[in-house]
Amino acid sequence: MLKFPIYLDYSATTPVDPRVAQAMIPWLTEHFGNPASRSHAYGWEAEKAVEDAREQVAALVNADPKEIVWTSGATESNNLAIKGAAQFYKGKGKHIITVKTEHKAVLDTFRELERQGFEATYLDVQENGLIDLAAFRDALRPDTVLVSVMFVNNEIGVIQPIAEIGEICREKGIVFHVDAAQATGKVEIDLQKLKVDLMSFSAHKTYGPKGIGALYVRRKPRARLEAQMHGGGHERGLRSGTLATHQIIGMGEAFRIAREEMKVENERVRALRDRLLKGLQDIEATYVNGDLEHRVPHNLNISFAYVEGESMIMAVKDIAVSSGSACTSASLEPSYVLRALGRNDELAHSSIRFSIGRFTTEEEIDYTIDLMHKKIGKLRELSPLWEMVQEGVDLNTVQWAAH
Amino acid sequence: MAYSEKVLDHYENPRNVGAFSKEDEGVGTGMVGAPACGDVMKLQIKVGKDGVIEDAKFKTYGCGSAIASSSLVTEWVKGKTVEQALEIKNTQIAEELALPPVKIHCSILAEDAIKAAVADYKKKHEG
Ligand SMILES: Cc1ncc(COP(=O)(O)O)c(C=O)c1O
Ligand code: FES
Repeated sequence: MLKFPIYLDYSATTPVDPRVAQAMIPWLTEHFGNPASRSHAYGWEAEKAVEDAREQVAALVNADPKEIVWTSGATESNNLAIKGAAQFYKGKGKHIITVKTEHKAVLDTFRELERQGFEATYLDVQENGLIDLAAFRDALRPDTVLVSVMFVNNEIGVIQPIAEIGEICREKGIVFHVDAAQATGKVEIDLQKLKVDLMSFSAHKTYGPKGIGALYVRRKPRARLEAQMHGGGHERGLRSGTLATHQIIGMGEAFRIAREEMKVENERVRALRDRLLKGLQDIEATYVNGDLEHRVPHNLNISFAYVEGESMIMAVKDIAVSSGSACTSASLEPSYVLRALGRNDELAHSSIRFSIGRFTTEEEIDYTIDLMHKKIGKLRELSPLWEMVQEGVDLNTVQWAAH
Repeated sequence: MAYSEKVLDHYENPRNVGAFSKEDEGVGTGMVGAPACGDVMKLQIKVGKDGVIEDAKFKTYGCGSAIASSSLVTEWVKGKTVEQALEIKNTQIAEELALPPVKIHCSILAEDAIKAAVADYKKKHEG
């Protein structure tokens, strides 16, 4: 039985796994103690549960539990890491580097640091969405103190060369932050091997609850930060605020499941994604956005030429997906990520991000393929551009009556 | 974006989709807009010997409101003389489809498409 709209937006958020929800509930009602209460059993049991969860999060990324700091999500982790490190090391230099295709939680934090007097470089990406390591090296300066590059892009799912960037940063003594919100449970993360100093995580992209995340802060060599939230001195002074026990338990359980099941799950999800890709590539004039090889298994981002983005989204309301179209988001600009790949505005507008997950079925994928064939076909029948292309007209040579 | 019933109806069941031969004596073709602006409308009218529009067809690359506006005007121009067709105003289209302010330009495009189709028809018959 299909349930509509079919959810294919797992990169936006995931449902909480029922096992995770079960694990959380007792910590709301029975075991409600404050983990910071040192004087009674309510506090002690909560503290123990929080520390167990910390171990689960650390285990997924092969880190020490002492290196994990709880936050409210990847947005906060990014803010704490980037502002905290830049402010701590500002005596060493004021140059910071990131990439044009980062999440807004990184880009806007960089903008804020520019207002505070830092100089920022926003690296271009190649046509496949990956950064060019030579261009990255060229951007480094003697006064560069911080580099921030995302592990997995949220729109196109490409995996950046984190290991290589880490080597370069470590060699130069530059702090390296990685936004891994989209990477957990999707790619192997081994912080014993990766030379990453700071890494942001979010629970709700990996079948945990919203509103909880973590920041990895390396101990050897030690990454230093200035706290952004002041108060009771929780989390070794790096992030004050009473710990959200039930949320933390949820994140721990979600990351435990991810560690134990990701191998099998990713193969299943990859097969569904490849099935979807094959089905959609049968439609003429479609373009995959972003590298297909250096990519997480659950993401597919495709542009459908000669159909307009907003009418396309109207046509596919049976599926819940994200689009690069302006009309479905708050801003008027089409996706800045797709534009950074060099896609023109029309193709950026008529793109769809399909993201598949734990509860996606083959039946849902087949329905989606069929729906897209029908709807793209219908819109192209309506499209004067498609008609011209069929007649052999090169649209770039047409004099448009712009208005 | 919430669409009116009428926009949805035209979008789901667009009227008079298709094309006439551009070369045909009685056919006037108007193409307005640009892909980079997100909308291109092609409207064609077929005019009888008596100067009355017998038939109309359209194709539109654009949002739901643009598709609905062009679908609607193909219905409205039929049975009118070319001069009467020129009297159709974008405000009437916007009102009929209950377009929100941000979609008014879709109706303006439809009005422009009528003008362009009539101009093309007249050019054929003057020259
Ligand atoms: C790459 C990336 N970074 C950061 C975030 C923000 O995460 P959170 O919702 O936990 O603040 C997201 C989620 O939208 C993301 O995809
Ligand atoms: S044609 Fe541009 S928004 Fe309708």
